[in-house]
Amino acid sequence: MWDRNQMAARAAQELQDGWYVNLGIGIPTLVSNYIPEGVEVTLQSENGMLGIGPFPYEGEEDPDLINAGKQTVTAEKQTSFFDSSESFAMIRGGKIAMAILGAMEVAENGDLANWMIPGKLVKGMGGAMDLVAGVKRVVVVMDHTNKAGESKVLKACTLPLTGQKVVDRIITNLGVLDVVEGGLRIVELADGVSEDELRTATEATIVG
Amino acid sequence: MAAVALTPFRNVAKTKRNQAEDFMKKVYGSAAEALDGLLKDGMFIAAGGFGLCGIPELLIDAIHKAGTKDLTIASNNCGVDHFGLGILLDSRQIKKMISSYVGENAEFMRQYLSGELELEFNPQGTLAERMRAGGAGIPGFYTKTGVGTVIAEGKDHKDFDGETYILERGIVADLAIVKGWKADESGNVIFRKTARNFNVPAAKCGRVCICEVEEIVPTGSLDPDHIHLPGIYVHRLIQGQHEKRIEQRTTRKKEA
Repeated sequence: MWDRNQMAARAAQELQDGWYVNLGIGIPTLVSNYIPEGVEVTLQSENGMLGIGPFPYEGEEDPDLINAGKQTVTAEKQTSFFDSSESFAMIRGGKIAMAILGAMEVAENGDLANWMIPGKLVKGMGGAMDLVAGVKRVVVVMDHTNKAGESKVLKACTLPLTGQKVVDRIITNLGVLDVVEGGLRIVELADGVSEDELRTATEATIVG
Repeated sequence: MAAVALTPFRNVAKTKRNQAEDFMKKVYGSAAEALDGLLKDGMFIAAGGFGLCGIPELLIDAIHKAGTKDLTIASNNCGVDHFGLGILLDSRQIKKMISSYVGENAEFMRQYLSGELELEFNPQGTLAERMRAGGAGIPGFYTKTGVGTVIAEGKDHKDFDGETYILERGIVADLAIVKGWKADESGNVIFRKTARNFNVPAAKCGRVCICEVEEIVPTGSLDPDHIHLPGIYVHRLIQGQHEKRIEQRTTRKKEA
């Protein structure tokens, strides 16, 4: 089974040299620690920045320089800044090659739910709906099951959707699955996970 | 055709002089003075900022002091508890928020769950584009964002080239309050780093826009190629000190 960092490292293998990529909050943020040697990607922050650098050194924080998670960051040599409408123009215009984001539920048709649990505190979708609707490729990184042991990889989402038929690939602690015609296809098993274990933990239809 | 061309040329000298005076008139002494005559209960305000980054602190404070009530505010977030737009929540001046994310604010949740506060969630890009479009005279636009979600409910759906889109409306606000870094006296504004965010689209969608900046410089001292928000969008300007609070202070240690 993969831990958070191993999932992030596996997700980093999805990146290709020269890509512009948006990383969500949580495990997806860790992906930037595992970008493969020889691969240069430019990270987009939807609050108006291309080229997110590492956290600043203590004492060098700049309140005018934050990422979409409102954390202080730094700029890089290739960094550019822009306003929010410009930021989402490049997202909606399909200029961002990939978004890697977390999820509460994913369905076998690529439906994604990651912004709201009815009856609980509602924080908002932020830029997630725009990202999944606009970027070229959507990769979800999440635990395969919830704390109660129930599958988060479902035949149909039960929670309000973030996007319909938007997910291309799912990376979980148990392995990697692709959304294909008729259901999900197993691409890879995590270390020490059998195909039976993955199938048992998956409610969605597995094809092939 | 000649008659049409004559009109703008006839008053060239006079217009130039008046413009110079008008530029100076954009600069006000304080946030309260800049807001004078513009505030009305029940009005619709668009505010710039993302989280606490690039928020119009001084204008929010002045609106708090003015006590204007029943405000509808379009802003990506609603500040944090007791800071930014959060202070207008404390004083119950906000009737409705149009936002994409309000997770940093316990008082917001309390008022929302008790039914005291209305909330309209907009996807972040939809909110930014609604402001931009409203300011550009575009009453509506089609987007894929939100198709198949609760956001699409009750909205016009239309297929273009085999894909389904929903109609979103442009926003025109009674007043835009934004924060820039530097402005010249004619209202041309430059922002700094990620503090630009919603300030540009919010400014554009206001029937009147007030911009607070850290420094006002004489007209002519900014490079025209470096202006982020042209002065045509900015009607009133103030200069002041900003707290610029950091929401998530994340750092790394210098390697020894």
